[in-house]
Amino acid sequence: MMTYEKLLEQTALADDRFVVMTAENRALVRNLPQSLGARFIDTGITEQTMIGAAAGLALRGRKPVVHALSAFLTMRAFEFTRTSVGIAHLPVKYSSFIPGVLSDGNGPTHQALEDVSIMRGIPGMEVFAPADEQDLVEMLPYIWATENPSYVRINTKPSIVTHKPYEFGKAELIFEGVDFTILTYGFMLENCIKAHQLLSDMGYKVGLVNLRNLKPFDGDLIQSILPKTGRFITVEDHFMTGGLFSILAEFLVKNNLHIPVSAIAFEEKWFSPGTLQDVIENEGLSPEKLVERIEKFIHNA
Amino acid sequence: MDEIKLKELEDFALRVRQHIIPMATQGGCFLGASLSAVDLLTYLYVNHMHIDLPTLQDPNRDYLFLSKGHDVPALYGIFVELGWIQKERLSNHLSTRDHVYWHPNRHIPGVEFHSGSLGQLPSVSIGVAMDIKLRGGGNRVYCVMGDGELNEGSCWEAFLVAQAYKLDNLTFVIDRNQFQANMATEDLIPLESLVDKFEAFGLHTQRIDGHDFRQLNIAFSQVDSERPQVVICDTVRGKGLPSIEARADRWFCNFSEKEIQELMEELVSGLQANLTAEKLVVR
Repeated sequence: MMTYEKLLEQTALADDRFVVMTAENRALVRNLPQSLGARFIDTGITEQTMIGAAAGLALRGRKPVVHALSAFLTMRAFEFTRTSVGIAHLPVKYSSFIPGVLSDGNGPTHQALEDVSIMRGIPGMEVFAPADEQDLVEMLPYIWATENPSYVRINTKPSIVTHKPYEFGKAELIFEGVDFTILTYGFMLENCIKAHQLLSDMGYKVGLVNLRNLKPFDGDLIQSILPKTGRFITVEDHFMTGGLFSILAEFLVKNNLHIPVSAIAFEEKWFSPGTLQDVIENEGLSPEKLVERIEKFIHNA
Repeated sequence: MDEIKLKELEDFALRVRQHIIPMATQGGCFLGASLSAVDLLTYLYVNHMHIDLPTLQDPNRDYLFLSKGHDVPALYGIFVELGWIQKERLSNHLSTRDHVYWHPNRHIPGVEFHSGSLGQLPSVSIGVAMDIKLRGGGNRVYCVMGDGELNEGSCWEAFLVAQAYKLDNLTFVIDRNQFQANMATEDLIPLESLVDKFEAFGLHTQRIDGHDFRQLNIAFSQVDSERPQVVICDTVRGKGLPSIEARADRWFCNFSEKEIQELMEELVSGLQANLTAEKLVVR
């Protein structure tokens, strides 16, 4: 089974443009100092300097893959990302660790619930959210191959489905559904698959899409399923503002498309920290709670 | 440094100042900060760095990153004198049809990276210096910073990382003109003793008169095989124009055409111009 670390090691060994950087967040890359030598660069707890240095390395032709906890990678270093990487459009590849609910017991300081929103706001920055480790290693070779800056919500949990091959910029249509279609990304896919099963058992004909990419956004898929489904329901571990719900709304308005949309996201709040399972339950993101919330949308429609 | 070379550098710097001053009208520019950096930049480009028109994109060139981007008129004046850009291009200052504005950008040949947001380029310089070392190159990286810029915490974070990685091919050059935007540094966020601060951060530190080409020559000739270097250049904001030298209110200047003419004369004669168009601009 290919892992994130093995894939990164193979990629970097095959192409010396790649350098692996971290702001002392080694969880994903613990074994790489041995194999990459001086192309493994740990700048210490300095997200700003890491991103600035990544820009400098990219100016010299490198492709830095940069690692830090999501909240600090996006927010502490934001101006360095926007101004040094973004304005120059340099191929710095962000690997963002513990985005969304994955910060579980850390508390709101570590909760990256606005990362999609702020990163997609940078012109030219691509944003991806694989659902699990299989999805991740399917997608990364395409993401790392481009000359664009990109941000990836890293997610290394085991897969519960076999994913379709990845096509750059394309979402994965897992189920087609007449009554409504759930649109989700990243960590929430697993619980949406389980919720899909429960809803199907109840007699609903439910569609399910794993977005995979948030920018570029697969508008073609949305356009193609829109006439065949009654409603979109977005599910995300992100603030309501600026994430998938916003992206979808922007797309629909821009293209003058009309369909009811309901959203499950964090609305003007951080989540209460705890074990991941507790957080999922408490925030109404378990399969059973998702079903309850979705049924409410449908009955109130 | 012999007398002939000294005269050559002084004449070059005078011509650079003559390019800068006319940019301080019809919208203006950061005149005071530009004039303080002219001599140190002239020294680096004319007498020190390995870079010329044919090698502007050569990976083995020396790199200069202007982190205090608002003194870009000094850079452009030098580029005109070096023949990297046409003099006529300076008259496009603040025209949207060109890219000559208050901060540097890579549309202008010779500019290594855009800047303007202070504290950004020390880390970019680190990345370039790291890559040169990774590839076994012998070229050097210079990062020119303002003293006010040292308020930014990201500078000190970068100094820590530069010394941790023993980037002996990297030199931070501080234009110590004693002023930040609107205030004397020592009246707002005191920086002294600056030498002690840099030495405490593990950098090879020198402090010189940044308008004395002989001292610049000695300082930049020194190399350290273990540590990144810093050269603190004591300078005078507005150097060359007594009427604006060391004045807190002459950082950004937007003068009338007539005043520009007077300032051009003042540059040569030393007789102070009568400046009334603008009392104080806070930016």
